[in-house]
Amino acid sequence: MDFLTLLQILDTTVRLATPLLFACLAGLYSERAGIFDIGLEGKMLAAAFFSAAIASVSGSVWIGLLAGIGASLALSIVHGLASITFRGNQLISGVAINFLASGLTVLIAQDWFQQGGRTPSLGSEARFNEIELPFVDAFANIPWFGLIYSELISGHSILVYVALLAVPLTWYILFRTRFGLRLRAVGENPAAVDTAGISVIWLRYLAVAICGILCGLAGAYLATSLQAGFVREMSSGRGFIALAALIFAKWRPWYALFSCLLFGFFQALSFRPDVVKAVTQVEIPGQLLDALPYILTVVILAGFVGKAIPPRAGGEPYVKER
Amino acid sequence: MTLMQKMLGGATVLAMTATAALAEPALMYDMGGKFDKSFNEAAYNGAKRWAEETGGSYREIEVTAEAQRVQFATRLAEAGFNPIVVLGFANAATVEEVAPKYPDTKFAIIDVNWLDIENLRQISFAEHEGSYLVGMLAAMASDSGTVGFIGGMDIPLIRHFACGYAQGAKAVNPDIKVVANMTGTTPAAWNDPVKGGELTRAQVSQGADVVYAAAGGTGVGVLQAAADANILSIGVDSNQNHLHPGKVLTSMLKRVDNAVFDVFSKGTEGFEAGITVMGLENDGVGYALDENNAPLVSDDMKMAVDKAREDIIAGNISVASYYENDSCPALEF
Repeated sequence: MDFLTLLQILDTTVRLATPLLFACLAGLYSERAGIFDIGLEGKMLAAAFFSAAIASVSGSVWIGLLAGIGASLALSIVHGLASITFRGNQLISGVAINFLASGLTVLIAQDWFQQGGRTPSLGSEARFNEIELPFVDAFANIPWFGLIYSELISGHSILVYVALLAVPLTWYILFRTRFGLRLRAVGENPAAVDTAGISVIWLRYLAVAICGILCGLAGAYLATSLQAGFVREMSSGRGFIALAALIFAKWRPWYALFSCLLFGFFQALSFRPDVVKAVTQVEIPGQLLDALPYILTVVILAGFVGKAIPPRAGGEPYVKER
Repeated sequence: MTLMQKMLGGATVLAMTATAALAEPALMYDMGGKFDKSFNEAAYNGAKRWAEETGGSYREIEVTAEAQRVQFATRLAEAGFNPIVVLGFANAATVEEVAPKYPDTKFAIIDVNWLDIENLRQISFAEHEGSYLVGMLAAMASDSGTVGFIGGMDIPLIRHFACGYAQGAKAVNPDIKVVANMTGTTPAAWNDPVKGGELTRAQVSQGADVVYAAAGGTGVGVLQAAADANILSIGVDSNQNHLHPGKVLTSMLKRVDNAVFDVFSKGTEGFEAGITVMGLENDGVGYALDENNAPLVSDDMKMAVDKAREDIIAGNISVASYYENDSCPALEF
């Protein structure tokens, strides 16, 4: 395997890790505030549909992105209503959102575009195109770095950079601001936060809304950047892999970046069986690579490698007085 | 009250006889959906053509989950539709279960040729022959000496496509490298354009400059990624040249539309049970040439492919079938 091949695999890794990273950070905010969210998949799917549909109708990808975020936010609010205000079971609400998104997107798409539950293909105006970073030519002559810069760092859509920037931002918000401290506290011990005179309900709604915005970005990235349009069930389980990545990352932002990149790398490897065979000298089935994220998550959960401890108040609705 | 009941009863009987007498044909799509721009859409076009030419009407139903297969087929038979065309190899078990229960209903299934049921017509296609032709075109259009193949679900049928393609490419250029990938091993692989797109990019980085997609709805993503990467792609089943004009080299036509049209027009009277093979000689398979890809296919390429077509029909070239011994002489999986 030469250096260029490695870079190409890493390039694919970055592209595939981006939707996972958005969804993983979305889950991070929500779960750190004590709201479990297995509806990431559904929110991503709804965002993918609405961003593609509105981008196709309006011809502008930015309006599409807003619509995608809006759709995902709307589902987040539903989740918030069910699990914060009405103190329902958060897992059931999440499952309901997944089903709702899976059915509604196809139904609306069919009614709207009559193309069998898909949106028309988007032209380049209605998509996030790959952007060339500056200095590609200037760096071209530098050995190693020039190649890394032009092949790996440059030439992604803007959402990829947004996702990567969201990691330090999330770390800063969660661990260096007052809001972040309260958000984490509300997931560990909401009664203490309440005693300090801060609204638990409001904080949790905020967390769920941030989760919705990030899921919206993930869905828009799938439909308007990786692909040019929406098709049925196009999120194909990425929301669940993101959840696995979140557990693997032990609910920490930098670990989340690492675990999403790792899971993206496994997927990228499964596309290159020739490379895998050349390096390992044995035939590894692609299905095994596809399943690795889940296997690793189980290993982590079983406590073999460190320990994954979820936020203590996670999954429990907050009741002020008993 | 009794009068009312009688009238209602009479109306029901009338309605039932009306359905039975009309005996409209019905069409059951496979997963991937009616508008997959490929296999199912070809069937839809055939049914639509029949409706337009005869003025008749038909019922259609889309399978979206495994559990619906038998349920939907039974419902169609129960409602008196006749003949019923069922699409896809995955429905072989469905027909096996439903058809014997309704001996008076005529069934037809596409992509299946191994069942033994009296009221069933099985139509299979010589996909390897059509794929051989587009494989030749791919090899002639390729500058890099590497061509790609992306399949949907990893099943013998798709390997059959890949095998014919690889043989065609190697007939033109014995040293050509054929990179083949499958999208997945579950029916979800027919509907994952994101993965299809990434597989295409992976093949491009391995040097492929023509990619053939035999992957249903996933193929939309393959063609898109190929157009984005500025390489050529080859569509499948329906004519997909129009999806990205000037970027789709050709499409391997599998005339599912003709098959559906044929079953529908023969109706119940002219129905013949048994196995029909649609190949090059009866235009069951072929390659698409229209204004969208005319600049891409030169006269030399066209001549070479048309000659190969004649040779295959005449028996001078024999294209090995993957089914014969579950392996391919030109490609390893």
